[in-house]
Amino acid sequence: MTETIDTSTPLGRPIKRKEDAKLLHGRTNWTDNIQLPGTLHMAILRSPYAHAKITKLDVTPALSRPNVVAAYGADELGDLNGSIPCVWPVVDDIVMPDFPSLAKGVVRHVGDCVAVVLATDPVQAADALEAIEVDYEPLPAVVNMQDAIKGGTLVHEDAANNVCYNYPFATGENYDDVKAKADVVVTRQWANQRLIPVFMEPRSVVAAPMGMSDEMTVWSSTQIPHVLRVLMALVTGIPENNLRIIAPDVGGGFGGKLQLYREEVLVTQLARKLGRPVKWTESRSEDMVATHHGRDHIQTIEIAATKDGKILGLKVHLLADMGAYLQIITPGIPILGMFMYPAIYKMDAYDFYCTGVFTNKTPTDAYRGAGRPEATYAIERIIDELAAELDMDPMELRKKNWIKHEEFPYTTVAGLTYDTGNYEAATAKALDLFGMDELRAEQKRRRESGDTVQLGIGISTFTEMCGLAPSRTLGALKYVAGGWEHATIRMLPTGKVELVTGTSPHGQGHETAWSQIASSILGIPVEDIEVVHSDTGRAPYGMDTYGSRSLAVGGQAIKKAAENLIEKARIIAAHQLECSPGDLEFVGGEFKVKGDPEKAQAIGAVAFEAFTAHNLPDGVEPTLQGEATVDPEDFSYPHGTHLAAMEVDTETGKVTLRKYVAVDDVGNQVNPMIVEGQVHGGLAQGIGQALYEGAFYDEDGLPLNANLSTYLIPAAPDLPSFITDRTTTPSTTHPLGTKGVGEAGAIASTPAIINGIVDALRPMGVTDVAMPATPMTVWKTIQAAKGGQA
Amino acid sequence: MQHISVNVDGTQYEGDVEPRTLLVHWLRNEVGKVGTVVGCDTSNCGACTILMNGRSVKSCSVLAVQADGASVTTIQGISTGDDWHPVQTAFKECHGLQCGYCTPGMVMSAIDLLGENPNPSEAEIREGLEGNLCRCTGYHNIVRSVEKAAELMGGAK
Repeated sequence: MTETIDTSTPLGRPIKRKEDAKLLHGRTNWTDNIQLPGTLHMAILRSPYAHAKITKLDVTPALSRPNVVAAYGADELGDLNGSIPCVWPVVDDIVMPDFPSLAKGVVRHVGDCVAVVLATDPVQAADALEAIEVDYEPLPAVVNMQDAIKGGTLVHEDAANNVCYNYPFATGENYDDVKAKADVVVTRQWANQRLIPVFMEPRSVVAAPMGMSDEMTVWSSTQIPHVLRVLMALVTGIPENNLRIIAPDVGGGFGGKLQLYREEVLVTQLARKLGRPVKWTESRSEDMVATHHGRDHIQTIEIAATKDGKILGLKVHLLADMGAYLQIITPGIPILGMFMYPAIYKMDAYDFYCTGVFTNKTPTDAYRGAGRPEATYAIERIIDELAAELDMDPMELRKKNWIKHEEFPYTTVAGLTYDTGNYEAATAKALDLFGMDELRAEQKRRRESGDTVQLGIGISTFTEMCGLAPSRTLGALKYVAGGWEHATIRMLPTGKVELVTGTSPHGQGHETAWSQIASSILGIPVEDIEVVHSDTGRAPYGMDTYGSRSLAVGGQAIKKAAENLIEKARIIAAHQLECSPGDLEFVGGEFKVKGDPEKAQAIGAVAFEAFTAHNLPDGVEPTLQGEATVDPEDFSYPHGTHLAAMEVDTETGKVTLRKYVAVDDVGNQVNPMIVEGQVHGGLAQGIGQALYEGAFYDEDGLPLNANLSTYLIPAAPDLPSFITDRTTTPSTTHPLGTKGVGEAGAIASTPAIINGIVDALRPMGVTDVAMPATPMTVWKTIQAAKGGQA
Repeated sequence: MQHISVNVDGTQYEGDVEPRTLLVHWLRNEVGKVGTVVGCDTSNCGACTILMNGRSVKSCSVLAVQADGASVTTIQGISTGDDWHPVQTAFKECHGLQCGYCTPGMVMSAIDLLGENPNPSEAEIREGLEGNLCRCTGYHNIVRSVEKAAELMGGAK
């Protein structure tokens, strides 16, 4: 799997993680561990209603509670009640409602922030919330998107019919013309349900006015310290150069910590106002109504094909639930998905239309995959439905339509140019690992014998776009920031190396993987490289970690920074060795004079010369470091073939995932152990969506399962061990040949599972199963197909 | 307030606590054992798992006053840091952690599991860790870690 990588370097090897020692010994620095002298703890009064007028709010009774220092509603907070910006206004006429930190007169979802109390003790702060006098006049709640767009109750007065935006996108030939030529047209509608990220570390933020300067230091459990700094400066008016954002150890994110949250703004504003540290840590139940949610699209998809299975065109109409407000990139999530509906398939026409809809629910935003899982689910499901309609083998239908490996680079109907791919190779390997023929034979036996447990085989031949992103492309999509990444590598006089990255890990193992990249170039041992990250004071430039971008973009920056460092070192070494720079080769951490290998200088020695500066060539500045800021040439396009064997008990509806094979092509791997771990975790989240997870509301907009007792994320007995492998088709647009891997598992696995369940039940007349496919849902689906009363 | 005395990781700690104080909050805020973490408020996630008198408990489900007189071991008490408990070693070797937030609880549950069943099957490991949620690993490498730990501790062949 690593044949394209030189195995004499640490690149491509499953090196054990540097991060683990502290994490395994409990020597961690989670934000909630930070206890500064004089800290005030903030507690938040949240709306119990989905939609209501606040008819009375009096926070003053809370002030008489013990150790309560301050309490604020929107009125008391005044100018400090900063509004959360949306930085991805996808169309010019988008409706972007005000999103204040504390609600002004109207609450719009359960969990909306109404008031805050600050006390010297977190328990006393929480206790004092009950003293706040608040009255609500409940309003009808907008819950269902299909009802919402008919008008009636409005979440925001300025959003007619609750529409945030409409986004048409049609490419290739005219879809209706293509459809007229089709022998077969299959149309389906699916709910890609609302999910909650459930990173294990609840959000926490501490802000402290520090030291002699006007600096405000904010520690936050965030994926995006650098982006947060810019946004926090804009919202609070604190000069950016006085803001230092630190993401200490961060316990998972999955997109849920790709955000500027109102709690972060409140803590920072109040630390400034009160002149002392302020801290807030959410409870899990708070998290599940206040952290942004993911997915929640209603997808209507239509595919047109010839009778021999050639796909002609695709039409997609989405309703995308924004929730009650726009968080930073809420409107952009379905647009990321927009590019991926045509996936790996060749076709002549693509017609996409998305309507973003406001509802009285928690705002949505990025969750692992962010738009691409939704797209992949829809296309991989409808391919199976088309195969059934055509009475074709679903894999044969895929092979007939996918881009062949010799056709790359290939520009899809959606306008993306995939640099490389080899769907044939990944599929062949997956089929081999899966034992497809034996499983199909068993499926046939079970069908013929009328076994109460039926077997289904689910296929997902996915690709995705990640490695966000070329800045110009982001600009063209109206995203207001760029997609570059930065690295600085400093050689210290003692021979140690500081590698400063703008990526911000929260479980991904960047400290290990980035050391491997730098080590492979500089010839410095991995253990002598310290990776500095997630602190705008120590790592001032960066665009942070999301969208499977850290290796794809950040890795390039490290490579280039190391190469720049070597070029400066070469000049110094040539001076020391009394030769010209062109006479030197750099091998294994040493500059050697070509043809005279006895004359050599190690890079550590060069670094010491650069430090003492006693004998540098004229015009060369002391110190030895290399910097690079790179903008990626393109997205990266990992792909793979995932296969699931699903057992369905037709009497109880119980579904068992018996076997799961994932063959991913993520290009060159820096650390295959970490790659596998990323795949495993992604699979668990994707399978979680298919079988277990879903955030549900009643007709009044009240959450039905917003805690960990009722919102089921998979536990160990709910999953099997996975069979994973890779094929390696290096990216040609990324200098390390790498692609992103963080989201692939979550993108690929959901349709594989549902396709498998439907395949098991198709002879009974089942053509769809709603997610999550709980035993009750599956049982009802079977009963409905039988014509019985479910 | 009620007076309690608890041995935590080999040191006897005394203090006055409100009767409603959860053991995990007392450990984190009063004793400084911040290696033990809180992941939920419904006793589902298991991130706060510790050993109390040698058996695993979720320290969010125990009142501090209930621990009076008990002996508690946290993730910070199973090894010095220079040396490693075999379960810690196995989790590193098998990449059984990513973000590491569930890890303290996962390791403490695994220690209890292996104490009860030194040579567990995969199914027994998965059932044994049912009360500990992880969102990063999909449990695949956690299972491998516990199998490896069993081997290192002499349980498995």
